Amino acid sequence: MAKPATTRNTPAKGPASDDAFALRSLQDAHLANPRYAASDDELLAFYEQMLLIRRFEEKAGQLYGLGLIGGFCHLYIGQEAVAVGLQSALKPGHDSVITGYRDHGHMLAYGIDPKVIMAELTGRGAGISKGKGGSMHMFSTEHKFYGGHGIVGAQVPLGAGLAFAHKYREDGGLCLAYFGDGAANQGQVYEAFNMAALWNLPIVFVVENNGYAMGTAVTRGSAETHFYRRGTAFRIPGMHVNGMDVLEVRAAAELAFAHVREGKGPVLMELQTYRYRGHSMSDPAKYRTREEVQEMREKHDPIDAAKAELLKRGTSEDKLKELEKQIRSKVGEAADFAENSPEPEAPELYTDILVESY
Amino acid sequence: MGIELKMPALSPTMEEGTLAKWLVKEGDTVKSGDILAEIETDKATMEFESIDEGVMGKILVPEGTEGVKVGTVIAVISGVGETAPAAAPAAAPAAGPQAAEPVNPVTVKPSAQKPRAADPAIPAGTNMTTVTVREALRDAMAEEMRRDPRVFVMGEEVAQYQGAYKVTQGLLDEFGPKRVIDTPITEYGFAGIGAGAAMGGLRPIVEFMTFNFAMQAIDHVINSAAKTNYMSGGQMRCPIVFRGPNGAATRVGAQHSQNFGPWYASVPGLIVIAPYDAADAKGLLKAAIRSEDPVVFLENELVYGRSFELPELDDHVLPIGKARIMREGKDVTIVSYSIGVGMSLEAAETLAGEGIDAEVLDLRTLRPLDREAVLTSLAKTNRLVIAEEGWPTCSISSEVMAICMEDGFDFLDAPVLRVCDEDVPLPYAANLEKLALIDPSRIAAAVRKVCYR
Repeated sequence: MAKPATTRNTPAKGPASDDAFALRSLQDAHLANPRYAASDDELLAFYEQMLLIRRFEEKAGQLYGLGLIGGFCHLYIGQEAVAVGLQSALKPGHDSVITGYRDHGHMLAYGIDPKVIMAELTGRGAGISKGKGGSMHMFSTEHKFYGGHGIVGAQVPLGAGLAFAHKYREDGGLCLAYFGDGAANQGQVYEAFNMAALWNLPIVFVVENNGYAMGTAVTRGSAETHFYRRGTAFRIPGMHVNGMDVLEVRAAAELAFAHVREGKGPVLMELQTYRYRGHSMSDPAKYRTREEVQEMREKHDPIDAAKAELLKRGTSEDKLKELEKQIRSKVGEAADFAENSPEPEAPELYTDILVESY
Repeated sequence: MGIELKMPALSPTMEEGTLAKWLVKEGDTVKSGDILAEIETDKATMEFESIDEGVMGKILVPEGTEGVKVGTVIAVISGVGETAPAAAPAAAPAAGPQAAEPVNPVTVKPSAQKPRAADPAIPAGTNMTTVTVREALRDAMAEEMRRDPRVFVMGEEVAQYQGAYKVTQGLLDEFGPKRVIDTPITEYGFAGIGAGAAMGGLRPIVEFMTFNFAMQAIDHVINSAAKTNYMSGGQMRCPIVFRGPNGAATRVGAQHSQNFGPWYASVPGLIVIAPYDAADAKGLLKAAIRSEDPVVFLENELVYGRSFELPELDDHVLPIGKARIMREGKDVTIVSYSIGVGMSLEAAETLAGEGIDAEVLDLRTLRPLDREAVLTSLAKTNRLVIAEEGWPTCSISSEVMAICMEDGFDFLDAPVLRVCDEDVPLPYAANLEKLALIDPSRIAAAVRKVCYR
C-alpha cells in the first residue's frame, strides 16, 4: 500500500496569527458571557413580542383550518426567541432584515402591524401586499423588511445585496439574513458567503436550525451539521447560540452586530431552535415522534422560560394575565380584520406588474 | 531558407487586425519565446511570440498597418531555424477563467444597406458621428454613472480586465473600484447580490460575460427581480439591468450559443431589450438604467465591433417598447431584432434588385412587444416574414405570428413565415454551424415565398 503523502503543516505561530482563534473569537466571547442582562422592562417587552408571535401563529393555523388561508403557510411557533432576540438589537427602519418563507415572526418582531399581515394571509386587498403575495411573499420597505422569499436560499445573496447597498451608501446599517438548515445546503449561500467576506459586507447570516429541512432531519441532509462552522472556509467567524432562550440570543446578537458595525465583515450565527408545528400546515410530521415535540415544548419553551423568569423577578401574575389578554384581543382584531376585509378588486390583477408604462 | 511568419488569428471570430508594433527589427537574432510584435484587435492588444530561432529577415508588413488579413505573411525568419511552422501567438492578457474564452468580432463589413430610415425619436438635422456598438454601450453606462451616483456595474472581468468583451473599458479608471466591481465567477450569487442591492435602493448594472452563463442565475432574474413589484403590491421595486452578449457567436459550440430572448420575454414583470445598432444600443441602455423596472438587455457579440451612426445628442435616451422601421417598403414586412436586423436589411437590398420592396421592422424591445408597429406595417404590406437568430419553437417569431393571427388576419394576403435557426443544438464544425444559422439568403427566400414569386 502506498504511504499517505506527507502533508505540509503550517508552522506553529503565536496567537496573533492563530486564524482558528479569530474565527472562534466571537463564540468564545459569547460563551464567556452567554446571557444578556435585560432590565425587567426589556424582558417583559421580549415576552410580549414572543407571545404576540405565538398567538398570531396559532390564530393563523386556526384560520388555515377554516379555509380562510390558502396555499402554503409556515408557522414560526417554537422559534420566537430567535427573531425577537436578534431583532430587538437592531435599529428598525435603519437595518435591513430579509428571510425565507417562514416570515410572519420576523415581521411581527420588526413592529409591522399584525392586521395587514393577517389580511395578506387571507388574501385581502388590505393585506400588506394587496393580497397578491400571500404568506411567503410579504415586504415592508418602510420597516426595511425585504421579505418574505419563496425560493429556498435566494434570500441569502439578496441579503448580501442589501448589505452591499448599506456599505455603498455608507449609512452604517447592516443586514440580517435568515435562512434555515435546509437552505444552508444551497450552493448560492456559499457564493454569497464568499463575496460578503471578500467585500467585507455588513451582514449577519443567521441559520435557524430547527432540526428539519421540511421532513429531512439535519443529520440525514447535512455532512456538516454544525452550521456555524460553515463560514470558516470563507474566513467568516461563527457563533453557535441557544435559540430557545431570548436572552442568550440577544447577548449573541450584541456581539455579532458590534463586530459587523466595526467594519470587520460578516458573521455567521447558528441558532439552535425547534418548530413545534409541521413544516407547513399540510405536513403530518411523521418524521419525528410526538415525545420529541413534547419534550421541547415542556422543557425548552422560550416563552414559558421568559414567563418563569419574569415571575421570579417579581412581576405579578395579574400583570402577565392582563398582557396575555391584550395580545389575544390584538390578534383577534387582526383576524377579524383579515376575515372581513374585501378581496382585492379584479383590476388589481393587472397592476404592479411594471412600475412604469411603456 | 526562411520561415514565413503569418498574421495569426487571435480569437475565434478574428478575420483581420492591426499590426500595431514590431518589437524586433530586420537582422535581430530571435529565439523561441521572444515577443516579436504587438497585434491589435478591436478587443485587445495581443503579443505575438516566436516559436522559432533564427535571424529576422524581411519585415513585409510595416507597423501601423490596419486590416491585415489572418494568414498574410508579415515577416520572414532566416538562418538557424529548422523547418518550423509559423510563429504562434501568445495570448496576453492571459486567458480568462471562464470556459468560454471571449471571442472578438472583427466584422465591420462594408455596409450593404441603402440609407436607413430615420429614427423618428431623433430630431431631424441632428449631427451624426460613427461609433461601434461596443463604444455606444460603454458611453451609455458612463453617462448614466455620471448622472446618478446610485448606478454601479458588477460582473466578471468588468473592472481590471476592462471587460471580457471590452464593453466596460475605461469605466474603472473613471469611476473607481467602488462602482466598477469585479466579481468571482459566481453568476447565481452576484445576480442575487445585484437584485438585493436594487431592492435596497441602488441601480445595479449586472454584466453577464455571456447570457449562456446567466442560466446559473435565471432564478434571481425571474423569481427575485421580475416578480417582486407584483408580489409586494407595488411596494418593493427592483430597478436592475442584467446585460451581456446573447445569441450565437462563432464556433463556440452548443453551450455558448443560444438566444435567450424568448425565455425572458415570456416573463411578466421583466423588460427585455435586444438592440441592433449603436444608436439603439446607447439610447435603450440609458433608458434601461433609468427604468424603475428590471431589464434584461441582450447584446450580440458579433455586432459589438460594427460601426454605426450615432446622433450627437447630450442625452440620447430612447423609448422602451417601441419598434422602429429600419427600411421603408411597400410589398412585404420583415420583422426582426438584434443581429437578424442586419441580415434582414441585406436581404431587403437583394430583393430590391428583384423588384420586391421590403419594409424592415426592428422590434428593439421584445417585452413589451410593439404589437401596434407590427400590425401597422402588416396593414400596409399585407405580407410578413419574421427573421430570428434563435430556435423556432416557442420563439419571438411564434409570438409575432400569433399577433398577426389574432389581430392582423384580415390584412394578410399570404401566410406569415418565419426564418429561424435550425431546431438543433448549435454544432461546432464550420459547415454545420453555417447550415444551422439564419442568413440573408434564407430570409430573401421566405420573402419570395410570401410574395408568391
